[in-house]
Amino acid sequence: MTRNTYEHSVQLDVSKCTGCTNCLRRCPTEAIRIWEGHAKINEARCIDCGECIRTCDNNAKKAVVGRLEDMDRFRYKIALPAPSLYGQFDNLDDVDYVLDGLLKIGFDDVFEVSKAAELVSAYTRQYLKTEGIKLPVISSACPVVVRLIALRFPSLNDNVMHMLPPMEVAATLARQRAKVQHPELADDEIGVCFISPCPAKASYVKNGFADYKSGVDVVISMSDVYFSLISKMSRGDDVDSMTESGMVGIGWATSGGEATALFNDEYLAADGIENIINVLEQIENGNIPPVKFIELDACTAGCVGGVLTVQNPYIAKTRLQSLRRYLPVSKNFLAPEDLEYIPELYLFNDLPVYEPMSLLSHNMAESMRMMADIQRLRDSLPGIDCGACGAPNCRALAEDIIKGKAQLQDCKILEK
Amino acid sequence: MSDALVFHFDVDGENFTSAGQASTQVKKNLRQLGLPPDIIRRVSIAMYEGEINMVIHANGGTADVSVTEEYVEIVLKDQGPGIPNVEQAMQEGFSTATDSIRSLGFGAGMGLPNMKRYTDSMEIDTVIGVGTTITMRVNL
Repeated sequence: MTRNTYEHSVQLDVSKCTGCTNCLRRCPTEAIRIWEGHAKINEARCIDCGECIRTCDNNAKKAVVGRLEDMDRFRYKIALPAPSLYGQFDNLDDVDYVLDGLLKIGFDDVFEVSKAAELVSAYTRQYLKTEGIKLPVISSACPVVVRLIALRFPSLNDNVMHMLPPMEVAATLARQRAKVQHPELADDEIGVCFISPCPAKASYVKNGFADYKSGVDVVISMSDVYFSLISKMSRGDDVDSMTESGMVGIGWATSGGEATALFNDEYLAADGIENIINVLEQIENGNIPPVKFIELDACTAGCVGGVLTVQNPYIAKTRLQSLRRYLPVSKNFLAPEDLEYIPELYLFNDLPVYEPMSLLSHNMAESMRMMADIQRLRDSLPGIDCGACGAPNCRALAEDIIKGKAQLQDCKILEK
Repeated sequence: MSDALVFHFDVDGENFTSAGQASTQVKKNLRQLGLPPDIIRRVSIAMYEGEINMVIHANGGTADVSVTEEYVEIVLKDQGPGIPNVEQAMQEGFSTATDSIRSLGFGAGMGLPNMKRYTDSMEIDTVIGVGTTITMRVNL
């Protein structure tokens, strides 16, 4: 069994949790219960979307990611800034100030994820022409989406694109560049650090896809690096021109960026966890227009809406718009002969296995008995979904009771 | 044969935005029972199409889904106008939906054909001015 082996990045600080019901109601997979006065996260159900971090007023939910100091163990340190990082700074008119700042805080090299994104976009255009692929192709760039499909939409597994996310491609290319420029370095002396807008990327790095191990060594949060970066960033001083990405690459930071980079209007782009779940339901029902490509971002407005960012997603989006304005469409072109096949380093083989997260029992007769009991029990509950019992709604309490995880006395309304 | 597990839904004909809710709930339930993804997909498409039809043409109705270890049966019952010519209605692309329904992306004339395609059996019992009952089965 592979169940429960997924290593998460969203965790609870019990001492700060007051046992309120805010996160309980917001969790899209009903992974949270309030038991013994504080929240408990069911790891088999958690998709690392970060909604509970966003909604917690007591900062009891946190993302467990690495720290900048974790890079000290490497002799050669490479930063991989996500393009959403560029939207965090006020009055930024040139990406080079950010890249230069990263070198000043101690990195030896910076490899923009937006550069890799432009290459991924170029190969995706090619991928969509592959004969026999299942349409619509669903982007695999948002790790929340990939996990959500594995847990809840197994019939869409074959639609998921087998191209690695730009972060991963950036890690491989950055390492290759380091080896060329510094042949004296051993593999384990090179450290790759992703500066992330979200905890889901950190989880992806810990878990990879089914058979694929991530090439990123450390994931740090954007908000963590923000203050050290802003104090070292120069404005107006001459900084070397380093940026290697254009409008397409930076566009990946916001919803629709990946899809529009396909230069083809047969796409659907959705953002926000509720919306993407709804869209996946509709794809399963065969109720969407005939599109070739589907971009789904778990966070509102796209990666700029990640919980580890500093700035409001829409403000970040506007900043990125002005930053993109005078950039070339793309700075990473591939010659026609390079596009004849998609190199191995851009691809992965197997997706995570389908683990039906809500399965009642492996025996169907038993499942049916349980569900009949759940329906009866639910009808006897007040139906006001108050959350006082610690389950997100009456139906969930009925399920917990039948599974032996809760008792009827937990219902505070019936108790009265 | 074991007792069937029955899910009952009232499909609200007044509220177009809620159309599709019953099939979404059925999908959740079938996942919990551990049915194969392919079966779940077929049931939910057939049910979704039927649910939409009831809202568009018949001002709603009821949906009863029974699950046994052998099959999933969907019974959709409405008190709508009835289907004058079933054979014609079964043809792909035939539709009596109004332009306003079409502008929402429905009414492509694939509802009944899809319901038949995704199920193992389908029976239509319709009486003009009285209503329609459609019974579909997907075998496990």
